[in-house]
Amino acid sequence: MDESAIKTVDLRKVFGDTVAVDDLNLEIGRGELFGLVGPDGAGKTTTMRLLAAVMEPTSGNAWVAGLSIINEGERIKEHIGYMSQRFGLYEDLTIMENIIFYADLHEVAKEKRPPKIERLLGFSNLTPFKDRLAGRLSGGMKQKLGLACALIHTPEILFLDEPTNGVDPVSRRDFWRILYDLLKEGTTIIVSTSYLDEAERCTRIGLMHKGSIIMKDSPSEIKKSLGMPMMEIWPDDARNAIAVIKKVEGVKSVSMYGNKLHVALAKRELVETIIAELRQAGIEIKGQREILPSIEDIFISKVEGQ
Amino acid sequence: MIRSSIAVKVRELTKKFGDFVAVDNINLNIKKGEIFGFLGPNGAGKSTTMKMLCGLLLPSGGSGSVGGFDIMKESEEIKKNIGYMSQKFSLYDDLTIAENINFFSGIYGVDKNRKRARMEWVLDMAGLQDRRNALTKVLPGGFKQRLALGCAILHEPPILFLDEPTSGVDPISRRNFWNLIYEMSNAGTTIFVTTHYMDEADYCNRLALIYRGRIIAEGTPNELKQKYMTRYVLEIEVDKVVEAMEIIYRNGIETAIFGSLLHATVDNIEKAVPKIKKLLEESNITLNRIERIMPSLEDVFVTLIETS
Repeated sequence: MDESAIKTVDLRKVFGDTVAVDDLNLEIGRGELFGLVGPDGAGKTTTMRLLAAVMEPTSGNAWVAGLSIINEGERIKEHIGYMSQRFGLYEDLTIMENIIFYADLHEVAKEKRPPKIERLLGFSNLTPFKDRLAGRLSGGMKQKLGLACALIHTPEILFLDEPTNGVDPVSRRDFWRILYDLLKEGTTIIVSTSYLDEAERCTRIGLMHKGSIIMKDSPSEIKKSLGMPMMEIWPDDARNAIAVIKKVEGVKSVSMYGNKLHVALAKRELVETIIAELRQAGIEIKGQREILPSIEDIFISKVEGQ
Repeated sequence: MIRSSIAVKVRELTKKFGDFVAVDNINLNIKKGEIFGFLGPNGAGKSTTMKMLCGLLLPSGGSGSVGGFDIMKESEEIKKNIGYMSQKFSLYDDLTIAENINFFSGIYGVDKNRKRARMEWVLDMAGLQDRRNALTKVLPGGFKQRLALGCAILHEPPILFLDEPTSGVDPISRRNFWNLIYEMSNAGTTIFVTTHYMDEADYCNRLALIYRGRIIAEGTPNELKQKYMTRYVLEIEVDKVVEAMEIIYRNGIETAIFGSLLHATVDNIEKAVPKIKKLLEESNITLNRIERIMPSLEDVFVTLIETS
């Protein structure tokens, strides 16, 4: 069998005159946690649907677990789990009934079910709630139930389309711990996200824009690609400081992160000029240091530069 | 008309559903022009509180006013004086952009001779001048979100309620959206916003954290980071982040990945630092740096929830 979990060759999907996925060539190895990142409408969801064999491409081909999405789609479904943004949970069924429903759907043998279900409920911390109606679960718990359902047939490849949307920080941490456990067991995971701090947790990231992957590498390599120093500056009034800093010659970009600013500079020495200008404007500096840019910095510079 | 400098004021506000207390005796004071962030885990009581403030749900107890109107008796007046945008962007997908704007103008009773000007204002603000006759369903998330915001403020309300307005919207659109919010706040609009993005919470003037129906912390973002954080946060830089996180976490120290770094939350720095160093050394993980840092709002949020 092929070493790669996923391979696409000139994969293309057109809706009317919109090219949603534009001749995509992508290879994802087994055991990777691959993050698909990009602005809304970049083609992330369409790519996932094509690879999950729930939608046919306009042209090109892709192999998932060594099977072609064009004529082996049904067999692909045995090897993958797919959790879409609007994951189909039945709100009037209990947690347990939902899981059994998905076990039926995937034709999981009856005798194999009890240990699997016990394990899935255990790692998602849902065991105490197994008789609760899905409609009465919080957002974070629904998410974990969705994941448990997508995993009932022990797929080797897992597709997660923006799984932590609208989920609070405590539940997001739990959810990612589960993903790391799956990764350790050898599952290949492809996740799309608009939380860029999550993208940094992936083993590799593909930055998608207008149907193409414009960059793919490990988070640390991607962060080195900015090609200029990035300073973190912590002024007492971040909002007004932006306008002042933008006027300094040699400043390539300024963006706000909470109450701090990330400033990309043509050269490091410009920091002194910035601090002097800010003092002039009556803004004090509480701290500054050179940092590696975040994925969000790279994302903004690449997408806005296109 | 806003009758005082306080836009929203509630005392001992409570909402029960049967035996379940969704909102438990909360007090809030929000000043005119303030950006007030309302944080909490899913199911903590955020949406229920917001619905009571918007006049959509009658409280079980307590009192309060929004824009000077009594939340118990004047809900119809409140509705005319507020804008409300839910995370689902309640737009009609099968109407065009212009039709959606017209529809909401009608709902909010926008004056006939103001209608055209308001429509152009929304189209400008949302960057949709060229696409007014396109169907709403073809718009990417970021545009839909700005259109929904425009529709929610067609009647120029002095108070705006936003329920997870940036959920599922990409970072660039989120930044543009917050610039709009700042402009509105500078112009005097009061903003009440819920979010799960902790970097956005940092953009608010003041925050309250609700958990199990009760407000467990309140203050400016800096106050929350200083006053409520009784534990310390260590920033750890290692070569193998995921492995390091697991080892530290499994040894009973709350740890999370922040980008390529780890944040560990500890009670006692003198004890924790050597313990972490030893754990990493035993697992052959190279430690580049470990230092105490100012906690992020996410650290504060998680600590407050887990210790309450």
